[in-house]
Amino acid sequence: MTTAMTTAMTTAVLRLDSVTRVHGEGETAVQALRGVSFAAHSGELVAVMGPSGSGKSTLLTLAGGLDSPTAGTVSVEGTDLASLGAVGRARMRRTSIGYVFQDFNLIPALTAAENVALPRELDGESTRAARRLARAALEEVGIGDLADRFPDAMSGGQQQRVAIARAVVGERRLILADEPTGALDTETGEEILRLLRSRCDAGAAGVLVTHEARHAAWADRVVFLRDGVVVDETGTDQVDSLIDAGATR
Amino acid sequence: MSVRQALLALLEQGPMYGYQLRAEFERRTGSTWPLNVGQVYTTLTRLERDGLVAPVTGEPGADADGHVVYGVTDAGREEVAAWFTTPVERTQPPRDELAIKLALAVTVPGVDVGTVIQQQRSATMAALQDYTRLKRGRPSSPDDPADMAWSLVLDSLVFAAEAEVRWLDHCEARLRRAQLERPARDSAAQPPAAPGVEAQTDREGARR
Repeated sequence: MTTAMTTAMTTAVLRLDSVTRVHGEGETAVQALRGVSFAAHSGELVAVMGPSGSGKSTLLTLAGGLDSPTAGTVSVEGTDLASLGAVGRARMRRTSIGYVFQDFNLIPALTAAENVALPRELDGESTRAARRLARAALEEVGIGDLADRFPDAMSGGQQQRVAIARAVVGERRLILADEPTGALDTETGEEILRLLRSRCDAGAAGVLVTHEARHAAWADRVVFLRDGVVVDETGTDQVDSLIDAGATR
Repeated sequence: MSVRQALLALLEQGPMYGYQLRAEFERRTGSTWPLNVGQVYTTLTRLERDGLVAPVTGEPGADADGHVVYGVTDAGREEVAAWFTTPVERTQPPRDELAIKLALAVTVPGVDVGTVIQQQRSATMAALQDYTRLKRGRPSSPDDPADMAWSLVLDSLVFAAEAEVRWLDHCEARLRRAQLERPARDSAAQPPAAPGVEAQTDREGARR
């Protein structure tokens, strides 16, 4: 086996290496993440669970290149985001990273297809080509027939499908989902997870941040975060006490 | 478990023999609670003794292999109706090993409760992942009533496991808060906790 092949097989779509993020300085400094290492590979959905304040949102904003770590590295598709600079990171966000939010974050004045096409158009693609990709992405998430609808003429579940289409349009392989089912009822939420799961099965790498065990259960791995530290992962033996965690660290 | 009522309810749909009853029960519950055929026949014998079922004579083809085919009696029909119209009793909580274990873990010295909780959470989460994998292999809106029945049983397991994880989260949060408040109450001379922990408590306090 060649070195190149080995590298291709082991390169994670997302890799956090000993990532620490401190907000503020001196006595008021808050360590949101403390030496977190974490990876998501192609075809894999990883759930991150933890209570409010455990650092799970910080982890997602760092993974999305919206924030930079105080120490450690965040790599997407093998590229250290810190080495890219602001412009390069913005480009990476448009071309490689898809975000799915709890409240969908669709632009109300744009149709479903226009919302999905937007990141491609911002990236310099022609309107015609971007719309074609957008329609294909909407087909993939099962709402090709709603391409010309505006968000307020769609149900919550349909809007979240549009958001997922927007997250995967083009060649993007990293989907970061922040409580994507928080605003949906049980059954619709489950359909969204089923869809997210199928996008990962099709080759994307997904990171799902949630505090609901039922949703995290759709993932291949569940990472438990407490006080900015990964304390446990399903499928591994390592367990740290979570009650004493703060006192000993 | 109400094997007795479940078998009666199945027989209300038509006469069956033991193996058929077991197969029908498991088709609806996805073998979640496997029945052995001996248990089925013991139950049938008791039901017959109580006059709720009776061997059916002259059922076409049924006894070719020597199986005794049972049918429900009028009294049996009444029992089924009463079962469906009466809520399952909740007065006596079923014995819960986890709750008992945790109750003892917080009172017996030297037990690391945090680890007990996290190990259980991981194990329950793994079970939840297994249930979800079973669900993934299934269509989201099955048309066959027996498929739907099993899918609902699966949901019941999912919700129960989820409730357990939520309860564990809750226990952990309460124990952590209790532990953080203790040194503050006991003495002001105690060294402060790690900065991360302090900030965490402050934020939690602000939210609540």
